[in-house]
Amino acid sequence: METPLTGNIRPDREPPSLKEYEKSGGYRALARVVSGLAPAEVTAIVKDSTLMGRGGAGFPTGLKWSFVPMGVDAPPGPRYLVANADEMEPGTFKDRVLMEGDPHQLVEGMIISAYAIQATTAFIFLRADYDLAEKRLKRAVAEAYEAGYLGKNIMRSAYSLEMYVHVSAGRYICGEETALLNSLEGKRAIPRARPPFPQVSGLFGKPTVVDNVETLCNVPHILANGAEWYKSLSLTAIGGTKMYGVSGRVNRPGWWELPMGTTVREIVEVHAGGMRPGYALRGLLPGGASTDFLVEQHLDTPMDFTSIPKVGSRMGTGTMIILDGKTCPVAFVLNLLKFFAHESCGWCTPCREGLPWVARIVKAIEEGQGEARDLSVLEEHCVALAPGRTFCALAPGAVEPLQSALKYFREDFERHIKERGCPWRAA
Amino acid sequence: MPLEGRVTTIYIDNLPYGVKDGQNLLQASLTLGFNLPYFCWHPALHSVGACRQCAVKVFKDESDTRGRLAMGCMTPATEGTRLSIEDPEAKAFRAGVIEWLMLNHPHDCPICDEGGECHLQDMTVMSGHNYRRSRFRKRTHLNQNLGPFLNHEMNRCIQCYRCVRFYRDYSGGRDFNVFASHDSVYFGRYEDGALESPFSGNLVEVCPTGVFTDKPFKEHPTRKWDLQTAPSVCTGCSLGCNIIVAERYGEVRRVLNRYNADVNRYFLCDRGRYGFDFVNSQRRLRLPLVDGRELVPEGSATQALSATEGGSPRPAPASSEAKGAVVRRAVARARDILHGSRRAIGIGSPRASVESNYALRSLVGPDNFCDGMTSGEHRLVGMMKDIVASGPVRSLSLAEVERADVVLVLGEDVVNTAPLLDLALRQAVRTRPEAVAEQLLRIPLWDDRAKREATQGKQGPLFVATPYPVSIDDIAVKSYRLSPDDIARLAQAVAYAIDPEGIAPLVGAADPLHVVAETIGGSLGLAARPLVIAGASLGSEAILRAAANVATALAKAGKKDAGLFLVAPEANSMGSALLGGMSLDEALEAVRTGGADTVVVVENDLTSRLKEASFRALFDSTKHSIVLDFFRNRTTELAEIVLPVATFAESSGTFVNNEGRAQRFFEVVNPDEIVSASWKWLGLLSGRGTGEEIAWDTLDDIIARISEDLPALAAIGSAAPGARDVPQVHRVPRDSHRVSGRTANVASLTVHEPPPPRDLDTPLSYSMEGSPRGRIPSSLIARIWAPRWNSVQALTRFQEEVGGPLKGGDPGALLFGPASDRTRAYFDGVPEAFAPDPRRPLAVAIRHVFGSEPLSALSRSVSERIPSRYVGITPDAARSLAVADGERVEVTVRDLRMELPVRIMAGLAEGLCALPEGLPDMPYVGLPAPAGILKRTAP
Ligand SMILES: Cc1cc2nc3c(=O)[nH]c(=O)nc-3n(C[C@H](O)[C@H](O)[C@H](O)COP(=O)(O)O)c2cc1C
Ligand code: SF4
Ligand code: SF4
Ligand code: SF4
Ligand code: FES
Repeated sequence: METPLTGNIRPDREPPSLKEYEKSGGYRALARVVSGLAPAEVTAIVKDSTLMGRGGAGFPTGLKWSFVPMGVDAPPGPRYLVANADEMEPGTFKDRVLMEGDPHQLVEGMIISAYAIQATTAFIFLRADYDLAEKRLKRAVAEAYEAGYLGKNIMRSAYSLEMYVHVSAGRYICGEETALLNSLEGKRAIPRARPPFPQVSGLFGKPTVVDNVETLCNVPHILANGAEWYKSLSLTAIGGTKMYGVSGRVNRPGWWELPMGTTVREIVEVHAGGMRPGYALRGLLPGGASTDFLVEQHLDTPMDFTSIPKVGSRMGTGTMIILDGKTCPVAFVLNLLKFFAHESCGWCTPCREGLPWVARIVKAIEEGQGEARDLSVLEEHCVALAPGRTFCALAPGAVEPLQSALKYFREDFERHIKERGCPWRAA
Repeated sequence: MPLEGRVTTIYIDNLPYGVKDGQNLLQASLTLGFNLPYFCWHPALHSVGACRQCAVKVFKDESDTRGRLAMGCMTPATEGTRLSIEDPEAKAFRAGVIEWLMLNHPHDCPICDEGGECHLQDMTVMSGHNYRRSRFRKRTHLNQNLGPFLNHEMNRCIQCYRCVRFYRDYSGGRDFNVFASHDSVYFGRYEDGALESPFSGNLVEVCPTGVFTDKPFKEHPTRKWDLQTAPSVCTGCSLGCNIIVAERYGEVRRVLNRYNADVNRYFLCDRGRYGFDFVNSQRRLRLPLVDGRELVPEGSATQALSATEGGSPRPAPASSEAKGAVVRRAVARARDILHGSRRAIGIGSPRASVESNYALRSLVGPDNFCDGMTSGEHRLVGMMKDIVASGPVRSLSLAEVERADVVLVLGEDVVNTAPLLDLALRQAVRTRPEAVAEQLLRIPLWDDRAKREATQGKQGPLFVATPYPVSIDDIAVKSYRLSPDDIARLAQAVAYAIDPEGIAPLVGAADPLHVVAETIGGSLGLAARPLVIAGASLGSEAILRAAANVATALAKAGKKDAGLFLVAPEANSMGSALLGGMSLDEALEAVRTGGADTVVVVENDLTSRLKEASFRALFDSTKHSIVLDFFRNRTTELAEIVLPVATFAESSGTFVNNEGRAQRFFEVVNPDEIVSASWKWLGLLSGRGTGEEIAWDTLDDIIARISEDLPALAAIGSAAPGARDVPQVHRVPRDSHRVSGRTANVASLTVHEPPPPRDLDTPLSYSMEGSPRGRIPSSLIARIWAPRWNSVQALTRFQEEVGGPLKGGDPGALLFGPASDRTRAYFDGVPEAFAPDPRRPLAVAIRHVFGSEPLSALSRSVSERIPSRYVGITPDAARSLAVADGERVEVTVRDLRMELPVRIMAGLAEGLCALPEGLPDMPYVGLPAPAGILKRTAP
């Protein structure tokens, strides 16, 4: 089984230095790109590879790049590539692994991607708490400059690129790509409406592509080995491997790079070693806190961008959170809702006002103060905070665990209300 | 309804409608008269999609029955768009938005100053939400003291972000922001303190709830429906912004914006909004004075009735007969004087109406009429009038300024001389970058945030040449700090750059100003709608001449849409100038050598225009003086007879703004039988013979006389309908149809319901009855209200289209015809280069939005924001004088010696010092003039 993304990663040890990275084949893809491929050819290869964005939405990466106006259509002035390394989705830590474990891989992926859209400047927008990643990325960027992979005339080509590591001030909404751009500009981190899309009017009003760290880390390998190779890594129609992760009461919580389309069951039972003794699996959030619950009956679903939606959830970041049989689902959901209510940017009414209300209701239920009519208010919110009704995707994501919890664990909510307290705590 | 531009068909709830291309669905729906609720959208601030209140259902096509919710304000109205406002899901969602907003709202309407004219109330009712389901505690905020103009009650906030968008994005303010996030976002200042922006008062109207309300208004809380209101015109500066003045119990309570698509549109400045309080000043005159003694109507006590409330002293009610007797006595005395006088000189005023000035002119005769301006001011305003009336370039309206694409500002510190011009320029500099964004990125003009993100605050070319730093430096591509003469020379060099054939270069063609002028001229030459701004504030005719030359050069270069904007000193400077009188200095001369023994002064405190010696000389050398004014000042003190006149709030008349637009203001306070308009008093004085017959009785009469007499002013009649044009039953009511306690108001005096006061001068009535709302001509709009729309947001119901002209066209009459067939040669006379003299810097005038205009300075709220006098000097001068900021120096200008604290002004042009003109504690100096500055030695 090939693990291109994590092949260089040695957990708990220093990441590969530039020399080591080069020895393992690093920067060879870049050399090939800057010496012989036109930007459009790079984009075409990435399109062919079927690479889909790993930030959560699963948008085809090559297609996204192709929206950047090029050639005669291109507005004058700079253009930007941004690596979204904000990774504040609860339960998600895959980008951290990649950045801490093999920073040059991200840097190379960014240079190639930047070349494809002819970006002049690249930013790594890094989560505030990722100190170690910051240190390692900064070192890698410095090494890349020194080696001529960054700066003027990269590898003696006509292409030049500046790269900066920008550490976020620490808000979940900064991961939303347009809020990220505002934050990077020094403004309040509130999302922007689309259209215009960032590819047309992004950072500082210039064409910009925002890609997730994992997405970008795939790029050097696609360029080194070709689209066909990349597709062959996957078990499904969408190519590549995927960083999967599991947290919760399993025997071996952690991350694994596996073929795209590995089933949920294999990830949980084989790689994570199954549930810890005495704990049963009650449900799981497949891709971070803003995805709908899956339950036992969905375990044989392949974890990919097309299969998971068919069973009513999203692959999201591909890092699961397990709800076990000894944890109160109401408290579990409450914990997430509090997070989302607090992280609302405050721009649009449904999210700013709706989420705190929902969180208070769930809190009341959890504390035994629930009322029968509460459930219908909660259900209304699951509809009222749907995509298109709120300004950005934060609120729709925030109600996904709630809406599926109301479906799969409704009984628990009802018992809380009827028994005026948490049956789990009483037990 | 005729609309310009392409028309698109959209379907609302399955019926087809034609709407103007390029609008969004909310704009289109409101224009069509639908009741679609909204909060964050504002017709001038446009769409941001934050509140989600304007949700509608949008369908892909005819066969789509499911549709999807979309925000009306963020969805373009394109050909064939199908939407439903009535869709149950959309309605439920809109009600839900209100429910969310109400979660933390205090529901304190009964004690909220916004109550009854609150957009949140209206939208709540419109959405149908009424039942509170949340049982949780509300979040609360601390309020701030934001100075004399605004209350701050943050708990009422619904987080629509309008305030911060207006304050920062639209008007360039810096000391106000949105803080924190999620459900505790906070709108205010970093710390307590007066809001710095001179446009802060607009938050009263911009904020859809009771967070920002009018502070002076709160002193005597009154509901909107209990206010007596009338359309009026601001007296604060020469721009003539349209306002609605509101009265209760004989006092003016507040001023609100009155939309005029050609002039102020949605906004006012704080001088205009809060300056009205001079009307209620303690210094108001209520009775005639003869030889310094009040003529008190028989049977009236003179105690101050409402003085306890901080109002102005007013005589206790006296009978009509007694009051009539007082008027007759005063008039008889004045007539005796006039009949006995050899020659009476009439000194008018640029702050008095056209009618009052004209009345004075006909009382004393055209040869004895003085327009009340100093010779400098007289020449400047006369020249301005000439330039805009006969030059080849049109004088632009304020609204047109917003659309100019390259601007050159010569000498004017706009925020302090014509405040709203600052706001208009802030919009003008956005037009070009936004047009590019629209073209290149297809960002519709209403998509405010996308526009701003795409343009990144990029600004179109604005060039500024002033003696000292000014507010618009932050939006200028380049600011130049020059003496008045050098500003004129720069402008002349710009004219040369545009038309090197027609204009001579500056003496010494190598003058470095030519290099600068090359850039400016080049930029103006590339503009579609270039604009040149100048004015009277530096007292320089050379600047005006050169500004006119730049405009003429642009016209010659084929710029059909080139424009001029000349800022005049006062609200009716243009109107006074059109009457063609002599200047104040000539009037003094007439008194000294021309045999005049009587002066009649109308609404002009001459100490603000004459040096102390000349002022005294005037009164010493005339035998008789009759002064008409509304407040006690040095001039009324010296008069033999003082007649108490009505302010703009108690009388009606016409002002001509800087553009040449005649605009009518209407009385809103029922005038006392004694206090009346100057033109009325003067009518009484001019009656021939000994009887009671007078020259004119009503406003219609005098306007008709003016139109016959003076062709230049003939059009003022069409500024608004006259009383005669509107039948009694169609008079516009000054009271709302909901006015409460109509009969109770006077119950303490009489149990009978007195008949409403008669108003023979205007097409308005002191009553709640009259013309149905839909039939009111735009010049007579007395309040902004429509069924279901109780707040100022009802304005869309008065407009032909959202943001467009008022139904039936915007009010006002332009007195100057089209520029197309005018030709005028270039002016000549270019000053020599300014030679700085470090020992005698040239003192130039600097003005302050709060303080430099004498009437608004009497307002209690405005007075809190008035700086005290100072002298501005350059850092170099401070160094050589060895003085620090705030230290006192002795300043000698002409023969005046003052001790003033120093303000070190970085950026003040070399060789200049600045003196604040018009501040209450600043005597008249007559600037510019060389000054001597000495460090004060310790006493
Ligand atoms: C509230 C919110 C938070 C997000 N946080 C992240 C994040 O931390 N990292 C990330 O890569 N994408 C995040 N996204 C998704 C981004 O908006 C964007 O889709 C992504 O960066 C695109 O990259 P991709 O195409 O490579 O997936 C978030 C989206 C939302 C709505
Ligand atoms: S849904 Fe609205 S309030 Fe919530 S984060 Fe997005 S824009 Fe902000
Ligand atoms: S203070 Fe008023 S204008 Fe500002 S956000 Fe709140 S409700 Fe809107
Ligand atoms: S800009 Fe002038 S006319 Fe307009 S409100 Fe202010 S003072 Fe009045
Ligand atoms: S008015 Fe449309 S979202 Fe606020």
